[in-house]
Amino acid sequence: MAFILALVIWLICIALTIPFVLKTWWMPDPITDHARAVDAQMALTFVVTGVIFVIAHLALGYAVMKFGRKRSGPADYNTGNERWEVLWTAAATVLFIGLTFMGYTVWAEARFADAQSQPSAGERVVVEVTAQQFVWNMRYAGADGKFGSLNVNLIDDSLGNPLGLDRGQPDGKDDVIVPRMTVPINKEIEVILRTKDVLHNFFIPELRLKLDTVPGIEGRLRFKPDKVGTYEIACSELCGLGHYKMRSFMDVVEQADYDSWLQEQYSFLQ
Amino acid sequence: MTEVAEYVEVHRHPEPTSFISKWIFSIDHKVIGIQYILLAIVAVFIGMGLSLLVRLRLVWPEKSFAILGDLFPIGAPDGVMTPEFYLAMLTMHGTVMVFMVLTTAPQGGFGNYFLPIQIGAADMAFPRLNMLSFWTTFLSFCALMVAFLVEGGAPISGWTAYPPLSALNAAAMEGTGQDWWIISIALFCIASLLGALNFIVTTLELRAKGLTMMRLPLTVWTWFVTAILGLLAFGVLLAAGILLLLDRNLGTSFFIPGGLVVNDQLVNHSGGSPILWQHLFWFFGHPEVYIAILPGMGVTSHVLATFARKTVFGYKAMVYAILAIGGLGFVVWGHHMFMSGMSPYSAFVFSVLTMCIGVPSAIKTFNWIGTLWGGKIRFTTPMLYAIGFVSLFVTGGLSGIFLGQPTVDLWFHDTYFVVAHFHLIMGVAAIFGMFSGLTFWFPKMFGRFMSEGLGRIHFWLTFIGVYAIFGPMHYLGMIPHPRRYAETTGVDFLAAGGANEIQYFITIAAMITITAQFLFLFNFLWSLFKGKVCTEDNPWEATTLEWAIPSPPPHDNFAGKIPTVYRGAYDFSLPNAKRDFAMQCNSDEMVFPRSSGD
Repeated sequence: MAFILALVIWLICIALTIPFVLKTWWMPDPITDHARAVDAQMALTFVVTGVIFVIAHLALGYAVMKFGRKRSGPADYNTGNERWEVLWTAAATVLFIGLTFMGYTVWAEARFADAQSQPSAGERVVVEVTAQQFVWNMRYAGADGKFGSLNVNLIDDSLGNPLGLDRGQPDGKDDVIVPRMTVPINKEIEVILRTKDVLHNFFIPELRLKLDTVPGIEGRLRFKPDKVGTYEIACSELCGLGHYKMRSFMDVVEQADYDSWLQEQYSFLQ
Repeated sequence: MTEVAEYVEVHRHPEPTSFISKWIFSIDHKVIGIQYILLAIVAVFIGMGLSLLVRLRLVWPEKSFAILGDLFPIGAPDGVMTPEFYLAMLTMHGTVMVFMVLTTAPQGGFGNYFLPIQIGAADMAFPRLNMLSFWTTFLSFCALMVAFLVEGGAPISGWTAYPPLSALNAAAMEGTGQDWWIISIALFCIASLLGALNFIVTTLELRAKGLTMMRLPLTVWTWFVTAILGLLAFGVLLAAGILLLLDRNLGTSFFIPGGLVVNDQLVNHSGGSPILWQHLFWFFGHPEVYIAILPGMGVTSHVLATFARKTVFGYKAMVYAILAIGGLGFVVWGHHMFMSGMSPYSAFVFSVLTMCIGVPSAIKTFNWIGTLWGGKIRFTTPMLYAIGFVSLFVTGGLSGIFLGQPTVDLWFHDTYFVVAHFHLIMGVAAIFGMFSGLTFWFPKMFGRFMSEGLGRIHFWLTFIGVYAIFGPMHYLGMIPHPRRYAETTGVDFLAAGGANEIQYFITIAAMITITAQFLFLFNFLWSLFKGKVCTEDNPWEATTLEWAIPSPPPHDNFAGKIPTVYRGAYDFSLPNAKRDFAMQCNSDEMVFPRSSGD
């Protein structure tokens, strides 16, 4: 019994660890510096927890095997070992809290972009993303760089005005609203997150960014993609029966392609 | 009662005579404990059945199951489960398991039965309050079941019931299912508050002569701290539930901001915040995790020491670790909300505090292995489950180190990695604590042993089975597979990343593991009537007071003679002693260790 139990404990430990070491199922390649920083913190965490995981299971299996065999005389009398206790406690404290300190700025930098600054054309592309059951609406401010004002009373999905944009007002005339996001490569993108109804969550795996769209609150994320491609946006907060299929895409394209895409959108508005 | 050296006479209560006062509306803590355990057994099989439906829908979304079409003509027309049905089953699975299983059996069940006996009391401090706790819990369970039957069916907003989805029928579905859910939770909170008060007063006031706090069995410590957590946490959930009920039915807007538009219709609410619910819910929800797992830790320490024939390694450190986990459990609720738009300043504080919980958890693991070290292990079934608990606790605990860091949580939040994490630590580990406790105390409770042979087969199938289910969910988290998706077809990266194969594997593993649980049920029922008779008071050669009285115990436990306690709870294998255990009520000077108790 002792040997079999130890063996099973070790085999489970090995079986769980191997796919992580081989990266059998793994994250898609990152497309921003932020995403690469997240991956580095992830790798560090895997090493620290992986070592503890393996040591703990080795020790558990060994204790079961060694002290589960028949032995003569009583068990040892041992009420504890303060030196080892303190040493182990200190090591755990340093490792766990150290990890937090090493990683916390990565996330803060993506969130602490100066949210108040006005988007100026050429410097930064601002996309307002409004979630609703079960679609994503992407809005661009247009050539004037200013978003038109929204009015909930104008919202009408059937008339093609999901956000309630007031087209009569000058800022709103050239706003572009599309179901799919297009952004230029190597440029800072700011996403403003809103929702019309319930909680949703804006998640693009390749960006390693995730933020709830909270009713009544605007969320902001910044990133700078450096790889052309099409990336899926998946809702990551339960939003109702269509949650599993609430998705869209982000196309990262060359600047020239982005400009012509934008011109094309303007032409539809004429 | 040859073990008892000295005792204190106390007033005796007459034994109830009618069937109703003895077995239904009983004020005997032992009967109430068994009632809680039976309720949990009924609930756990319902919860497990719901998880099976969830697993089937994930793997075969289009498949028709004829029996479902008959049972649920709306949720599963022609036997094909709709996405709403999937979400309803998932919501009810979580709610049934967290409240009706993980919160009832470990505390209300085993705690009720054994806390008074282990501290040398004839009953709980407030026996009638105790009865009221159970029957309120039972009402709460009934209210939850009503949610299945009302028009519109069970709620679909998850066990966390985040508004506005849970507050606005237009966004979810018409019907009163969510209301019944809230009523059930509110009743449950009231019952748990009453129970918590009772546990705390009993532990503080009714300990036998000589039983100082630092001589308490670790099981009593965990039940005591769990009761304190319950007292402070359930009131908050109760308040939140009432506010949500008001939002749904009386037009208030605690959780609903203005300007929401659902299905092109402007919602007539304004001024609230859904974030408020999240704070209130998780202020309860995080301590709830420890309410579920702490008693399992206590049982594990208790059983490991008994069957390794060793005193608990670092008893004091274990007590401080229990207190630290309980205390820190109240200041980390924000880590559930890292992705809700929380300021990175707050998140950093919550993150550091969360990581701090890893420290007492590491101490406990170290001491469990330390307890085994140098022991003379007896591989009884309760011991196997306790060793399994340690492994599951390590595995489930370490994934918390990922989720506790906002930077890494960016990837894992709301994925199957989280599902793997909390199932291993608060679900499966806690259940292993219950398996261990039930097989360990069964001879004391019913005067018969559970079958060792069946118990072993069940252990192997379940131990390997739960790792086969929840281990691969970590890999799903790497793909990354968001949780609460009714199927894997809605998003391209799931199939491309290999999610279908893993989900298929998990469903097969779940079907086998679920089947194995009927082995345990059979073992339980069969042993009640046909199990090997236990004639001894102390069949496991254990040390605590429940083993100093007959199996099963008489009506008021100690027949009016409360033993005096002379030593700590785990005096095993003392040097120079005649035998390898010394019971707490044993005054034999020859077997006193120099530093026992204090």
